[in-house]
Amino acid sequence: MPTFVYMTRCDGCGYCVDICPSDIMHIDTVNRRAYNIEPNMCWECYSCIKACPHNAIDARGYADFAPLGHSVRAIRDEEKGVIAWRIKFRNGKKDLNLLAPITTKPWREHIPQLADVPGPNQEMRNSQLLYNEPKYIRLDDGGLHTLESNGLKLQAGVCD
Amino acid sequence: MAYKTIVEDGIDILVCGAGLGGTGAAWEARFWGQNKKIVIAEKANIHRSGAVAQGLYAINCYMGTRFGENNPEDHVRYARIDLMHMVREDLLFDMARHVDSTVHQFEEWGLPLMRNPETGAYQREGRWQIMIHGESYKPIVAEAAKKSADKIYNRICVTHLLMDESKENRVAGAVGFNVRTGNYHVFKSKAVVVAAGGASNIYKPRSVGEGAGRVWYAPWSSGSAYGLMIGAGAKMTQMENKIVLARFKDGYGPVGAYFLHLKTYTQNCLGEEYESKWFPALEEMVGKRYLDVAASHRSHRPIPTCLRNHAFISEVNAGRGPIHMVTMHSFQDPHLEEIGWHNFLGMTVGQAVLWAATDVDPKNENPELTTSEPYVMGSHATGCGAWCSGPEDVSPPEYFWGYNRMTTVEGLFGAGDAVGGTPHAFSSGSFTEGRLAAKAACKYIDDGKAEGIKVSEKQIEDRRAEVYKPLEHYRIYRNEIVAGTVNPNYINPRQGLDRLQKLMDEYCGGVTVSYMTNEKLLNIGLKKMKLLEEDLEKVAAENIHELLRAWELKHRHLASESVMHHTLFRKETRWPGYYYRGDAMKVDDDNWHVLTVSHRNPKTGEYTMEKAPCYHLVANDK
Ligand SMILES: Cc1cc2nc3c(=O)[nH]c(=O)nc-3n(C[C@H](O)[C@H](O)[C@H](O)COP(=O)(O)OP(=O)(O)OC[C@H]3O[C@@H](n4cnc5c(N)ncnc54)[C@H](O)[C@@H]3O)c2cc1C
Ligand code: SF4
Ligand code: SF4
Repeated sequence: MPTFVYMTRCDGCGYCVDICPSDIMHIDTVNRRAYNIEPNMCWECYSCIKACPHNAIDARGYADFAPLGHSVRAIRDEEKGVIAWRIKFRNGKKDLNLLAPITTKPWREHIPQLADVPGPNQEMRNSQLLYNEPKYIRLDDGGLHTLESNGLKLQAGVCD
Repeated sequence: MAYKTIVEDGIDILVCGAGLGGTGAAWEARFWGQNKKIVIAEKANIHRSGAVAQGLYAINCYMGTRFGENNPEDHVRYARIDLMHMVREDLLFDMARHVDSTVHQFEEWGLPLMRNPETGAYQREGRWQIMIHGESYKPIVAEAAKKSADKIYNRICVTHLLMDESKENRVAGAVGFNVRTGNYHVFKSKAVVVAAGGASNIYKPRSVGEGAGRVWYAPWSSGSAYGLMIGAGAKMTQMENKIVLARFKDGYGPVGAYFLHLKTYTQNCLGEEYESKWFPALEEMVGKRYLDVAASHRSHRPIPTCLRNHAFISEVNAGRGPIHMVTMHSFQDPHLEEIGWHNFLGMTVGQAVLWAATDVDPKNENPELTTSEPYVMGSHATGCGAWCSGPEDVSPPEYFWGYNRMTTVEGLFGAGDAVGGTPHAFSSGSFTEGRLAAKAACKYIDDGKAEGIKVSEKQIEDRRAEVYKPLEHYRIYRNEIVAGTVNPNYINPRQGLDRLQKLMDEYCGGVTVSYMTNEKLLNIGLKKMKLLEEDLEKVAAENIHELLRAWELKHRHLASESVMHHTLFRKETRWPGYYYRGDAMKVDDDNWHVLTVSHRNPKTGEYTMEKAPCYHLVANDK
């Protein structure tokens, strides 16, 4: 939950500072290492933990409801396309290792560059279609759904 | 002050906030505007920003038309009954007819979508939800936005929209500051897509102290979409339609997969099913049109989320809490147990941390549930947001003014939480709305609607002074006191946020009053809201980080004031379980089967409220 940084592992690289959506990982000017400046605005989203190259960041459950002595760790690997989790219970009775894919393809390679694809003609511009449609939006080969094609009408008022 | 002014000129499409809606807009804009200049201004880092920063384990809006599963109108009927009919069906239909192409695209990019081995279709969690391994959902859509955008400015907190000075009510860009360098950024743009997300933390959260960031919607959802658009004079709709979530206690871990896929269910402290006993009285309160338990049994018509909340809240208030989620049966199956844990790790890690900390193993113990504080947003099971034009081929005249997803300010578009009346868009629908807005924005420019925009140096300089005022205020008054945070001439952003949350909680139906309010309370609340507005002119920021918090607070305040006006205007209890008007406890279709629309005059701050007709597709719920 709110994160903290181990003094001996952090080298001040700033990756966590760069990624935190809440802008709360900052570099301490005295120690030149990162720390959480505003734990009560931390969502324990683990973005910083996943980004830290030295596994220097960990989460400790919020003081107002989580007792001490637990651990949830994550290691994310873009190349291998997986994330590994380890959950350890406070009472030591449960120790779970879980693995999940994070992508099925080499990172960013299968996203087309739309500046280079054949551009839309005027007919497409005047239609309601979006890029690459009507692919994937129907069972048959027809075009985009419309009120007319689906036999619908919009009417004001209470409907029964 | 030594901060530089950095001007980015000649932008065609500026995307303010690149979460799911904003990345969709930036991505699609490149196709319709291959030579256009597309720029993103985002307050965090688009790789991990917005509500999907930590990932998602499900895509909650997918029709599966291609697999013969649902048609767009089925989704409209579902969202309509869930929201007690108060939706924009034109926008819903439009989103639903495009959303599948978005989802298939995600799969092509590498997002791991689970497939049903028997049918080959995507693995369903429920009728509308599909299961994904979505830890990297946000980084993947960010890569797509990066491919399309000319420039991405991360760490820019957008504070205001710029307005054209040659034509009334036309947008001309935006301004903000860099959260790292402090520099002032000016974006001059022909069209703007605001996709800056919904609002958490405007109500006092259940968590206290260190845990105050453990809210259901992300703590960085600062209501900026609303703050920016309201500030520019855009009309808003359904802002009273706040949402309360039934979630796992304290961690606010999601329950969707638990109910739908893992087949867990709820019971009271005595181990009894409790929902059905509240339904007869509810049928009276809301009318058979919205709750007909017998019909629901026959036809699987869903029971609106708010009404199920109502049963939950009533049961707890009757002294039979806590409500438990019965997980012990399902979790005996190791496969389902694993899914249960993955579900949290994929989107709410904090719930896993909490159970590890409290030794709650759902295999041996049924975890507690709770109802959250209210949130204001427009893409989940609720529809707050801007009053936007629909598409030409679907929308009736009252809902159409030229460009799809354009607000009532010319050239200003919305997507995701920013757009009102479109609940149940979720991540995929928000991205789709961004795509729709981008196409329309390109057309708006190509039609010559953005010609002759004028922004004076004065406007830019005036805004600059406003942006830094909290820093300036701090500098002037700080040395009046020895040390500490108590100052007779200022409040800091946290103090202001605490006040806002208390106000919203007590006067506008938060948790401590069991979601209850009435006309008297709301009027007092509005008065206090005005006083807070005066004090927000004296909010002080010690550094740039606090300046960010100051502007988030100002956006939250604008959003909250709008929520109060809307809640006061709608004299009925349309969504029991989300909030109650104690002075009008029933659904009142004779007077209130309408959408609420507000306008805040940007010059005077005055509100006007109106009713807009609610259009439906002819056929009723099957
Ligand atoms: C816990 C949780 C579970 C969810 N579960 C699911 C699910 O299972 N399936 C599903 O499909 N959906 C789910 N959702 C919903 C989904 O996340 C949202 O519907 C979607 O992200 C909304 O998109 P948006 O673009 O409107 O907002 P966001 O994605 O939140 O994006 C808003 C963006 O604006 C930026 N921003 C904010 N203020 C400013 C500013 N002042 N200046 C510049 N930038 C700014 C933010 O940093 C952010 O990048 C869930 C959400 C949450 C929080
Ligand atoms: S867990 Fe998330 S919110 Fe908390 S410090 Fe890390 S990145 Fe920021
Ligand atoms: S990413 Fe890790 S090593 Fe780098 S500054 Fe942050 S905590 Fe330190």
